[in-house]
Amino acid sequence: MKTLIAISLQVVLLALLPPLLLGIINKTKAWFAGRRGWPVLQVYYDLLRLMKKNVVISSTTTWVFLAAPLVSVISVLLAGLMVPLGPMAAPIHFTGDLIMFAYLLALGRFFTTLAALDTGSSFEGMGAAREVTFACFSEPALFLVLLVLVKLSDTLSLSAMLLSASHVRIGSTASAALVMAAVSLFVVLLAETSRIPIDDPNTHLELTMIHEVMVLDNSGPLLGAQIYASSVKLLILAAFLLHVVLPLDPALVGRDWGIMLAGLVAVAVIIGAVESLMARLQLRFVPTLLVAACLFSGFGFLLIL
Amino acid sequence: MNMLMLIMVALGMICSGVPGLFFQRRSAAGQRLATAINVAASAVGMAVVLFHDILPIAAEVWHPAGALPMGKVALSLDDLGAWFLLPIFLISALGSVYGLGYWPQRKHPGDGRKLRLCWGLMSGAMVLVVLAANSVWFLMVWEIMALSGYFLLTTEDGRSEVRQSGWVYFIATHLATLCLIAFFVLLRVYSGSFQLWPTDVAGLPTGPLAALFLLGLIGFGFKAGLVPLHVWLPAGHANAPSHVSALFSGVMLNMGIYGIMRVVVIAGRPPIWWGVVLMSVGILSAFLGITWALAQRDFKRLLAYSSIENIGIITMGLGLAVLGLSMKHPIWIALGLGGALLHMLNHSLFKPLLFMGAGGIIHGANTRDMESLGGLAVRMPAVFRLMLLGSAAIAALPPLNGFVSELLIYLGFFHTLHGSTAGPWIAWMIPVLAMVGAMALMTFVKLTATCFAGQPRTTAAAGAHDPGAAMLGPMVLLAAACVLVGAFPVLLTGLLDHAIAAWVPWQQSPSLAGIFNFWWITAVAVPLLIGTAGIAWWIHHWRRDVRERAVGTWDCGYAAPGSRMQYTGSSLIQTMAWMFRRILWRREKSPEVRGLFPSAADYACNTPEPLLDRVAEPVFKKIGNMLESARILQSGTAQLYMLYILLIVLILLLIK
Repeated sequence: MKTLIAISLQVVLLALLPPLLLGIINKTKAWFAGRRGWPVLQVYYDLLRLMKKNVVISSTTTWVFLAAPLVSVISVLLAGLMVPLGPMAAPIHFTGDLIMFAYLLALGRFFTTLAALDTGSSFEGMGAAREVTFACFSEPALFLVLLVLVKLSDTLSLSAMLLSASHVRIGSTASAALVMAAVSLFVVLLAETSRIPIDDPNTHLELTMIHEVMVLDNSGPLLGAQIYASSVKLLILAAFLLHVVLPLDPALVGRDWGIMLAGLVAVAVIIGAVESLMARLQLRFVPTLLVAACLFSGFGFLLIL
Repeated sequence: MNMLMLIMVALGMICSGVPGLFFQRRSAAGQRLATAINVAASAVGMAVVLFHDILPIAAEVWHPAGALPMGKVALSLDDLGAWFLLPIFLISALGSVYGLGYWPQRKHPGDGRKLRLCWGLMSGAMVLVVLAANSVWFLMVWEIMALSGYFLLTTEDGRSEVRQSGWVYFIATHLATLCLIAFFVLLRVYSGSFQLWPTDVAGLPTGPLAALFLLGLIGFGFKAGLVPLHVWLPAGHANAPSHVSALFSGVMLNMGIYGIMRVVVIAGRPPIWWGVVLMSVGILSAFLGITWALAQRDFKRLLAYSSIENIGIITMGLGLAVLGLSMKHPIWIALGLGGALLHMLNHSLFKPLLFMGAGGIIHGANTRDMESLGGLAVRMPAVFRLMLLGSAAIAALPPLNGFVSELLIYLGFFHTLHGSTAGPWIAWMIPVLAMVGAMALMTFVKLTATCFAGQPRTTAAAGAHDPGAAMLGPMVLLAAACVLVGAFPVLLTGLLDHAIAAWVPWQQSPSLAGIFNFWWITAVAVPLLIGTAGIAWWIHHWRRDVRERAVGTWDCGYAAPGSRMQYTGSSLIQTMAWMFRRILWRREKSPEVRGLFPSAADYACNTPEPLLDRVAEPVFKKIGNMLESARILQSGTAQLYMLYILLIVLILLLIK
């Protein structure tokens, strides 16, 4: 019964929570800028409004363009079912799900970049090129983080390794490795969810964007699906990060759901703060940052070798 | 009985092209007959192999009375060999059907018959390579395979670049055979017999054992296309007819892997450094292969380099299995070898699919240059869908087959972290493999997008159209197999377990299903497939409604965007190409821009095979110059050469 509640809670959170994080990020940025900003729930209103709108699409595009946002949503939700959002194991967990998780995210990327190139626009081509290029560096970083976690937890399932990461004693070598993995994971999170300093979601210039420019031609429900998919990605990576950082105890279910939710809000606030306090990197330095992320988790792994 | 059937099958394949020689030049009957024989033989062969597995027979040996000069014609088959036979039958049959549409006799009266003769020869010879249980016999069928391969590659021998690439292949394959002859001679010396697989040279001192391993690795590595022995591969694949490239890439490279798999267990438990060497060569091939693939403009060269990458991944899996064998970790054997074997089969499904798709593009648009294409998705919808599926499969995306085998290899590497002090060192392969995976995704986004997305960049691309059923049919079958293996890998685990057990019968290894629950893949794949079907249904029903509101792509207000202004494949990979410029070793001719009003200038850039262009060719030229004086022996008269052979045989007999 308890598992059933946990699973349904997880599914509901996974489906409904993501846009809130975007709202919190925007609110934080507004606060830093001295503005009042959008309501926190603005992204929900936007999504509802987009769902009702008509679609305008380029006559150059094919079915891939229509399919991509939906494939993104499906793949990212499936990936989300493998990451525990609270102190309980995720609805889908099995030996080897960590690889499935990484490649489901890759499936979304495959279709999003193809759809971007499907429009025949050079702007969208640039976005797609950047997305796939940077992924070549964020993917090894992600797998190095996974290496650290597998080594520490002796299991090959995301749920088990993320929940047992919480049992590491503070001050031990393992905890140092975890901290380094967390730093690395945070950079991966920023890259995968197209945040400053890698990408600026609010820039007005098509030439400099990554994710936003890939969905430039999307409108109505298609745009909504893309925004939703990227917010889900933000949620699951944030939850992933929190599990590496926070000590959660499956025994204290009620309290730990609270900690987790607070943590998610905190991650959103931190992302908002990073966005407000930092300028975005020049595009040619982004791979350098991602290689640095690889090195962080690489050295972390070295510590526990 | 089974063995007799397989021999009949092989002979049928070998002879399939012969009747065609007696038909008229432009008659289609010969081709239809050859195709029918090939398909029938393959169907029988496939049935025998699958039947063979339902009633597992550890090894079946056949010794007919007829004798070779140096022993009997011995044939044998175990479960490992059976696994290698599957792709041979499948691709040989599907490829010859594809040939009906792609290389019809009517349009190719000059070389069609030669192609089909060699197609049958090569397919049959590959079956016999797997069956061979005697080293002399093995070398003979190996040479038949290699030589018929040469004639297949040079089908269009009227074109100079075809002759050039054929020449490189010829040299490479003979260097390989040279190493193999040395290998088998040494094997004969140390084991005392010509009998093959398993050979027994256990207890040999380190020196000779190392020599055996290295000779075998180099000899078979040439055929498999491992870096740095891959120099023949890219141009060879690019210049051959597409179904020949499919046969080469999908099946012949496997023969190299087959050889290496047999070589590493010649002496019982292999030394640790063998596994280390294999793993290093594997990771080098995977990484360099995909980096080079990324930079190609010619889509067939791109596919060829991606074969090098996949062979690299297979070799990494094999390396892990060898390490597992030497360090007594059965789980590494199961996952490493299981992953390697499954990835090999998968590569034999999606790579021929992609090469056949490439043939479809050539058929429709008559170019191999991606950058003159574009917009083919509308013009060749069927090829587009099939190529997209093949690309997703080769980029190891769920729910397709490439993912399953890469998952096994990843799992194998992750398993090294438990219960072994050496493990964490091996685990460093994982991030590199992840990077290779991301680069493969990038490569295939580039391939599909540049060829199919956007608008046509040339008029040739604008006039392209889907090929006929003879070409699409085999591709649909291969695509279906990719989905089937990807969504229901349980179908193959039994066969895989038998093959793994047959590799080293004296070493128990756990069954794959016991290590990893393959149903989970199905559990994730089925929702994905249903979701995709739902999306397809939605698009089918709503598309017209959507189309009515269609406008042009957002062009930022620019008044006259042209199709040449679209992002090309080269622009897509520009950052990566710059970062890996020292590996790519491109030849670039960039103009110097001077002054405020620079004059018109040209920029040219191509990516030749770096090792061939910068290393092999100069070295071979130098050697050629050094041996200039030996030219005296080369008169060009065949009779004189026969005389040399006679003399040498006489001298050898005298010495004996």
